[in-house]
Amino acid sequence: MSEDPTAAFRIEAGELLEQVEQGLLDLRDRLGDLGLVNAVFRGLHTLKGSGAMFGFDALAGFTHHCETAFDRVRKGDVRATPELVDVILSAGDHMRALVDGAASPAEGQAILDRLAAAVDAAAGVDAPGAAAAAVAPAATQGWTLTFTLPPDAMANGTNPLALLDELRELGEATIVARTDAIPTLDELVPNHCFVGWDCTLIGDITRDAIEDVFLFVMDDMEITIAPLASQVEAIDPAPEAAPGPAADVVAPPVAANDAGNRQPAAAARAQGEHVRVPAERLDALMDRVGELVIAQSRLSQLAGHGQDLALRSVSEEIERLAGEMRDTMMVLRMVPVSTLFGRFRRLIHDLAIETGKSIELVTEGETTEVDKTVIERLFDPLVHIIRNSCDHGLETAGDRIAAGKPGTGLIRLSAHQAGGEVLITITDDGRGIARDRIRAKAEANGLITPGQPMSDDELLGLIFHPGFSTAAQVTNLSGRGVGMDVVKRTIESLRGSIVVKSVDGAGSTITLRIPLTLAIIEGLLVRVGEGRYVIPLSAVEECLELSLEEDLRSRGRSIITLRERLIPFLRLREVFDTGTRPDTYQKIVVVGTGAERVGLVVDQIIGNHQTVIKAMSPLHRGVASFAGATILGDGSVALILDIAQLVALGQPREERRLAAG
Amino acid sequence: MPYSKIPNWTPERGLEVLTFGLGGETFALEAGIVQEILDVQPITRVPGADPLAAAVINFRGRIVPLADLRGSFGMEAHATTADSRIIVIELELDGDPTLIGLAADRVNEVTVLHAGDAEEAPVIGIRWPREHVRCLVRRAGDVVVLPDLPHLFARLTGRADDPVTLH
Repeated sequence: MSEDPTAAFRIEAGELLEQVEQGLLDLRDRLGDLGLVNAVFRGLHTLKGSGAMFGFDALAGFTHHCETAFDRVRKGDVRATPELVDVILSAGDHMRALVDGAASPAEGQAILDRLAAAVDAAAGVDAPGAAAAAVAPAATQGWTLTFTLPPDAMANGTNPLALLDELRELGEATIVARTDAIPTLDELVPNHCFVGWDCTLIGDITRDAIEDVFLFVMDDMEITIAPLASQVEAIDPAPEAAPGPAADVVAPPVAANDAGNRQPAAAARAQGEHVRVPAERLDALMDRVGELVIAQSRLSQLAGHGQDLALRSVSEEIERLAGEMRDTMMVLRMVPVSTLFGRFRRLIHDLAIETGKSIELVTEGETTEVDKTVIERLFDPLVHIIRNSCDHGLETAGDRIAAGKPGTGLIRLSAHQAGGEVLITITDDGRGIARDRIRAKAEANGLITPGQPMSDDELLGLIFHPGFSTAAQVTNLSGRGVGMDVVKRTIESLRGSIVVKSVDGAGSTITLRIPLTLAIIEGLLVRVGEGRYVIPLSAVEECLELSLEEDLRSRGRSIITLRERLIPFLRLREVFDTGTRPDTYQKIVVVGTGAERVGLVVDQIIGNHQTVIKAMSPLHRGVASFAGATILGDGSVALILDIAQLVALGQPREERRLAAG
Repeated sequence: MPYSKIPNWTPERGLEVLTFGLGGETFALEAGIVQEILDVQPITRVPGADPLAAAVINFRGRIVPLADLRGSFGMEAHATTADSRIIVIELELDGDPTLIGLAADRVNEVTVLHAGDAEEAPVIGIRWPREHVRCLVRRAGDVVVLPDLPHLFARLTGRADDPVTLH
């Protein structure tokens, strides 16, 4: 399985840009923070380096300009200004386009022009923080270095000569090769680097500058960096790292590792080790675990019937392990919502500029974990809701102050887990939803009759109606062809729900309830004819018995009365054309989506079942009644009913039947 | 292995195929697309699905459709026998590799067919639609049918905006 190496670079570049962007957004709030300046610089530097390595020359060239600008900020001759940060933010967008191969050169040039202007405006101004820090990392008269490259450095594309040249560019360098590790000819591996170097660097050089030279190899190499002519100071405070200038000492591996951890590429590891795995491998693992659980349940049956105690004990052990593996497997797909929320900081930043409003974003519960697929599918609806809040909800600073509120509008994004669901709320402290305008618009559109009495929830619910938008004029922000109806549909496709609350003059809250994972649902396993089916438990309202006499009596109308409401029902035996006779005691499972209710007549209710959902094959795309399939304990396949489709199927049938009869 | 309308004959070796029997005819599939041959196992009917793929099976924890070419080739349904097998193949449908199980009355052998023995399906003289066939190949007094599977399945994978109605 050979992968396109540029695909790996694209992923890495995406992450780097994400880090750079977060760094820039933080920097915008704390312009003097040198740690952030350095982080952004290192991100740009790495991006340039790996871009060039993978042949993304335009990207490397463009990034080089931004890196240079940031290097000047780092060194203190340019001040970090909001303008500069904004330019680099849009430069980041351009870099993304360059990575995707969809960039317009003219746009790139325009950004570089703006960059030059921003740098000029910020140049030569005293930058206290930056200047102090540029000096801080122990600029001395010079350094002595002792280093050996990782053996596979050349195989990985590192050119040792280029590294030496980079060192020479830093200052006056004396470099001596150590050849004692070179083996005899028969043991020589041509592409292994056996040479080590001792180097003396004279000049006003920061340790950062030296570390930058070794940025891509630092993780695996042995290196000692010590200030010249001072008492020896190794790159990290490991006490035993104390070589003299010419000492032939290899730094302890600990020192190399610690040094490596200062690199930006390793920054992600600060929050714990992470491994990137393609989703399809996780799915394959999930399939294997599914098989294991099935094989295990067969083993349990065999062991349960036999007399062999040892077999039974092994079987129980395997049952426990399989169950745990399954649980662990499920958690593998969960990621914290911070990965989602982080992306909205940029959106708010841009919206504030576009609308001219002052907006603050507060996020809560970012460690709440949700299935990765769910997170990805939540992004677009949330963008829409947040845009709405900023565009329609929040007032301008002037209006806010006049209304006695702080000039800065607040958007609060919070997540927390409640049982098998996660609640995501988007709150703004704006003017609230104008109910009179909703009513007027709905009346104008003929959705409701003038003066029709409605509950507050019903009235607010009108905004989810297709084609409904209360914006007096379609603005750049909200008029993008998607309305709240699309948001609602997306949320419902995730088996979630959405609720709007609004207080006049004090703002609105939109709450999304989303299942934690799409991979598992609680289901009710039923039998219809000889087939077994799963009804998602979230849709089940109650189960009733339908005796054969009642069934016969109800022929021709298929309606039951349940607490003074008429509920149509579908005989799944007929819908699925099973060709079997009904059981004597059939059951009706009453299911609902929204306000609609339908009874589904089944032959037998087998019980609750935790279901791993698997998609239907593309060959069954035309079959609407099933939302997916699952594998039961005995290895057979059960289909999962698509309740919305069945309810829709039930309604017109019953209306036809009523109209006819 | 790519699956093209015209079989990818190599001059020296011909085309390596798996032959199987269905409704009295001999069919052949490029050996490279065959993943596994399964004994008969429990199937799950998919109500409302097209007769070409009316069921699913559990293939190593994955839900795989079970296709039955008999209908498309005008053959009668056939009871399962001790010789019946399911051939699991991987085909690219809509750009995605897709696993499909094919029902077979019996699986014969892996053999090599030669381009020189191949003929386009005649306009008359066969009882099934000509476009279901890539070519016919004469072999040891028999005729082997190379079905055009992507063509057969295209009807099902077309984004169905008009869902199949249930009875």
